[in-house]
Amino acid sequence: MGKSLYEKVFERHTVALLPSGQVQLFMGLHLIHEVTSPQAFSMLDELGLKVAFPARTFATVDHIVPTTSQLRPLQDSLAEQMMVHLEGNVGRHGIRFFSPDKGEQGIVHVVGPEQGLTQPGMTICCGDSHTSTHGAFGAIAFGIGTSQVRDVLATQTLAMNRLKVRRIEVNGKLRPGVYAKDVALYVINRLGVNGGVGYAYEYAGEVFDNFSMDERMTVCNMSIEGGARCGYVNPDQTTYQYLKGRPFAPSGDAWAKAVADWDSMKSDSDAAFDDVVRYDAADIEPMVTWGIHPGQSLAVGDKIPAAVDAIADERESMTEAYRYMSFEPGQPINGTRIDVAFIGSCTNGRLSDFAEVARLIQGKNLKVASHVRALVVPGSQSMREEMIALGLDKIFATAGFEFREAGCSMCLAMNPDKLQGRQVCASSSNRNFKGRQGSPTGRTLLMSPAMVAAAAIKGEVTDARRLFGIA
Amino acid sequence: MQDSRRETLFGPGVPLRGNDIDTDRIIPARFLRTVTFDGLGDHAFEDDRLQLKEQGKVHPFDDPRFADGTILFVNKNFGCGSSREHAPQAIKRWGKCITAIVGESFAEIFFGNCVSLGVPCVTVDAVSADAIQSAIEADPNVAVKLDLRGKAVHVGVNRYPVEMGEGPRQQLVEGRWDTTGELLANMPKIRETANRLKYVSGYK
Ligand code: SF4
Repeated sequence: MGKSLYEKVFERHTVALLPSGQVQLFMGLHLIHEVTSPQAFSMLDELGLKVAFPARTFATVDHIVPTTSQLRPLQDSLAEQMMVHLEGNVGRHGIRFFSPDKGEQGIVHVVGPEQGLTQPGMTICCGDSHTSTHGAFGAIAFGIGTSQVRDVLATQTLAMNRLKVRRIEVNGKLRPGVYAKDVALYVINRLGVNGGVGYAYEYAGEVFDNFSMDERMTVCNMSIEGGARCGYVNPDQTTYQYLKGRPFAPSGDAWAKAVADWDSMKSDSDAAFDDVVRYDAADIEPMVTWGIHPGQSLAVGDKIPAAVDAIADERESMTEAYRYMSFEPGQPINGTRIDVAFIGSCTNGRLSDFAEVARLIQGKNLKVASHVRALVVPGSQSMREEMIALGLDKIFATAGFEFREAGCSMCLAMNPDKLQGRQVCASSSNRNFKGRQGSPTGRTLLMSPAMVAAAAIKGEVTDARRLFGIA
Repeated sequence: MQDSRRETLFGPGVPLRGNDIDTDRIIPARFLRTVTFDGLGDHAFEDDRLQLKEQGKVHPFDDPRFADGTILFVNKNFGCGSSREHAPQAIKRWGKCITAIVGESFAEIFFGNCVSLGVPCVTVDAVSADAIQSAIEADPNVAVKLDLRGKAVHVGVNRYPVEMGEGPRQQLVEGRWDTTGELLANMPKIRETANRLKYVSGYK
């Protein structure tokens, strides 16, 4: 019987069996940011410990940075304090910091891949649940808490339990105007927001084979929204082409050896899985969330479901969602008026996301509706430069989108980009939890970047395929 | 030194109903703009509390009847969402300090974070969860005892079996939930593993 990539990576990184029955696992790459690391460094200091493998930890700053100006000191004194702590900690422990003043800053899950740090067959962790993103490269990547960040700093290892593996195949071809984000929302809708608890997801099938790295990252990113701590795609030529030539990727003689090694980590063709589910790509439509968790979604042409039709567990949450979102069951999602449009985040804030939206809006004299505030927020500073080099900034500005500095921005409420009151936001991010976008009563509708752009222009939720003439 | 063994924990209980209560609700992101965990307890469920107040209702964390509560009773998929340890830290630091959570199911990262902090998260079936919450709502002073060794929660005269993974349960019962020491003890093996990994040595 063959092995899955998950099993191979797990075995390769096993250090020891712990008395608790857990496995001590070596972490190939540790990423840190300003929110979940300061307390971990304090704990390390209290224990009188040093960072064991400083060359395997990398830092950036993303959640708190304003996307208007990154000039220091930051206007928000709490944010400035967090920045100062991070700078102090990385300096003291000799950790490489992708900092704003060097133009290397960005969302941690954008920067890792972009720098070539994220590689197949690795174990990757970060005090951030969307670390699952890095699984797109065939890595086992997952979020950890701050006490675990302390453990990784002190030992480069974690106490882990082995997960089960569910293979999710999406076969056939996606229809035009259906994107990776729609696949992610569809899978979560089908398997539920806690369907993945205890599992790693292996994404496979023709759709994933044909996906670019950016698209694979979008789906792996949202594994955690389906309850799965990590999700991965087996590495292939697409993965290697992406990595080749990146700053931290192997080069010269090492390249061929690395590729051979990466190839050997793929799931064997006779690997056994704890569960297998299969979907037909042709069944997937552009998706929009209507509720207060990412599983409460529907195809853009559909009507908001009735609680009575749902399983008992979901009913209460749906009833609360109707109230919070001011929706009625049976109401179409199409035509829902929006106030804010946000394109960005570690889910959909990559170059190809922006390039696709720019392609759709360019030259059609389309403008953001007068009552809508629309933000375009690049995932990293270097990507922002690329966007400018490609002229995307101008296309967005001409259409009435604000082109901002890199960061997490309106994905969550830790920087000045926030919803006000009960505003409704069409968002390319990953969470529609109550209050997620900065107003305790703000409302989030998750969708693909193309659908966000369409909503921005029409001023309400609308089928991007119709608006942009995608056939 | 404080005893780190978590064998028997006593209430009173706090019933907090609802499935899929996410970490953004447990501690809204704006309170994450800090470099310590101090003071987070005051902000636990802040937005939920406020919104209920506006609707003329009372969140259990604002309800004086539950102010002395130390064991929290929740429902399904509690703690889903982000990995922020600020969430269990806030719960642990609220009021008289929550020392254990009993629910139908927990999100994985949240569960692990709680274990790291010495806070057991144990599960009960849906019928028991509802029965216990109702019992505490009816009588906030009802005696509540979590017996982690005997795998049961006692509420008044009733006993409900609880479940928890054997590994973490043993860690908590024996007071070995603070993992750093155990991990550090294997430093020679850690270095061996690192040396064996081709990417660590740069594919030489
Ligand atoms: S973009 Fe959003 S989800 Fe991603 S790391 Fe930043 S805050 Fe978290």
